[in-house]
Amino acid sequence: MESLYSDEIMDHFKNPRNLGEIENADGVGTVGNPNCGDVMKIYIKVLSRKLVSGKKEEYIADIKFQTLGCGAAIASSSIATELVKGKSIDQALKLSSKQIAERMGKFPPAKYHCSILAEDGIRSAIKDYRRKTQSSKSK
Amino acid sequence: MNKIYLDHSATTPVDIDVMEAMLPYFSEKFGNASSVHSFGQEARSAVDNARHQIAEFLNCKSTEVIFTSGGSEADNLAIKGIIEAFTPDLNEITNKKKPHLITSAFEHHAVLETVKELEADGKIEATLIKPNRDGLIELSDIESAIKKNTVLVSIMYVNNEIGTVQPIRAIGQLIEKINKERDQRIFFHSDAVQAAEHFNMNVDYLHVDLLTMSAHKIYGPKGIGLLYIHSGVPIKHQIIGGGQEYKKRAGTENVASIVGFAKALEILNTKSKIIDDNKGIEKLRDKLIDGLLKIPNSFLNGSRKYRSPANVNISFINAEGEAILLNLDMEGIAASTGSACTSGSLEPSHVLISMGLKPEQCHGSIRFTLGRKTTEAEIDKVLQVMPGIIEKLRKMSPFK
Repeated sequence: MESLYSDEIMDHFKNPRNLGEIENADGVGTVGNPNCGDVMKIYIKVLSRKLVSGKKEEYIADIKFQTLGCGAAIASSSIATELVKGKSIDQALKLSSKQIAERMGKFPPAKYHCSILAEDGIRSAIKDYRRKTQSSKSK
Repeated sequence: MNKIYLDHSATTPVDIDVMEAMLPYFSEKFGNASSVHSFGQEARSAVDNARHQIAEFLNCKSTEVIFTSGGSEADNLAIKGIIEAFTPDLNEITNKKKPHLITSAFEHHAVLETVKELEADGKIEATLIKPNRDGLIELSDIESAIKKNTVLVSIMYVNNEIGTVQPIRAIGQLIEKINKERDQRIFFHSDAVQAAEHFNMNVDYLHVDLLTMSAHKIYGPKGIGLLYIHSGVPIKHQIIGGGQEYKKRAGTENVASIVGFAKALEILNTKSKIIDDNKGIEKLRDKLIDGLLKIPNSFLNGSRKYRSPANVNISFINAEGEAILLNLDMEGIAASTGSACTSGSLEPSHVLISMGLKPEQCHGSIRFTLGRKTTEAEIDKVLQVMPGIIEKLRKMSPFK
């Protein structure tokens, strides 16, 4: 059957990974707005792990999303969460819309903003986490 | 999987009888209707007969039917044609004022974009009348928008998204009455592309000067439409070349499609004479509307009373239209949406916005348009799958 989207997008649309919310999340980011049609909310749980070098790093131990939006918006949220889950915060911040779009495969050019939204969503959740940890440190 | 097509306002399948009527005009009777020889005359006679048949359907003269490449071209010809034919004379009457045009804010893009471009080019003054919350144009709004330099009123017959039926006859009569008391005559155009299947298309009854039709919405082929132009209405041609279509639209006649267009109207005419077809489809439409409105946080867009018997348009809050369509498509059901996500321009439906809906209410709008072969079992299937689809998408949404 001819389809607007790639099999990859349809797979994530039908069976979204990491869908839902995290209670007491360490960081929450909401991007987009109901006006434009797409709203993504990303929840992250951050833990710390010891590296072989002995240094410690913070990583995304769990991530969930909720999205109101089109097929590409739901799929890009699902793909983005999958790409950063288990990654260090520094690595997660390096995730680009280009990487997300590449994983998405075939989609109409007008939908590129969905991958940008997903990148923004991840950054926004991390930003929220950092803001919270900094304010607790300053207390 | 049995596929269910509920997008008949987008296009309809070509009726088998229409296709069969067209087939001889591709390879066998292929002549150019302008040629003197028998090949040409065979084509000429086919075009003439078709035009005559269509004129009968519209209750007009054959010379008043101008074939075009479709509804969009007919709309362009009507609007640009009138404005360009009028500008020089009008300048004298109205002391060099630009011609003024009245249309609605929820016209098809073929009208709306043409008007907007003429306005941006400084060629006209335009008034866009907003429909009321029911998706209907008020007569009094048209009357009060009329100015000394008004030359054209263009209002669609049936809105393509929400299926609301505009009071075309009453508008036509109003303009006729106003015209008796003024120097500068106002012409009245109606884009009736979505109306032909179910409504009266008698141009005399409707009191229109110009009327747009398209074949592919009535089980005819794509790529053929027409503009009815009442005798004596000045129109500047938009496609220049040979003298075809009474010098109003150049280009070798699309013989097969013209024959198909006439055949489609013939079938439509017999169909509506044999059975009161609107009643049957209306019953299915009402079942679909009532069933879908049982889903929480949903509402019908457009008047229920003044509505095409084929149109259902419902908004679901906190579910996005394209995502709903993809889920329906997985069930084999074809529909459409006013969501920004499918528009290419990322703007929500201008129709719903013009009626006063908020963008977030537009994104969750779904249009089902029923056709001649729509069955109750198909409606039941939609009603069976929709609650689950909406529930699933709402669960994904961050809004509760």
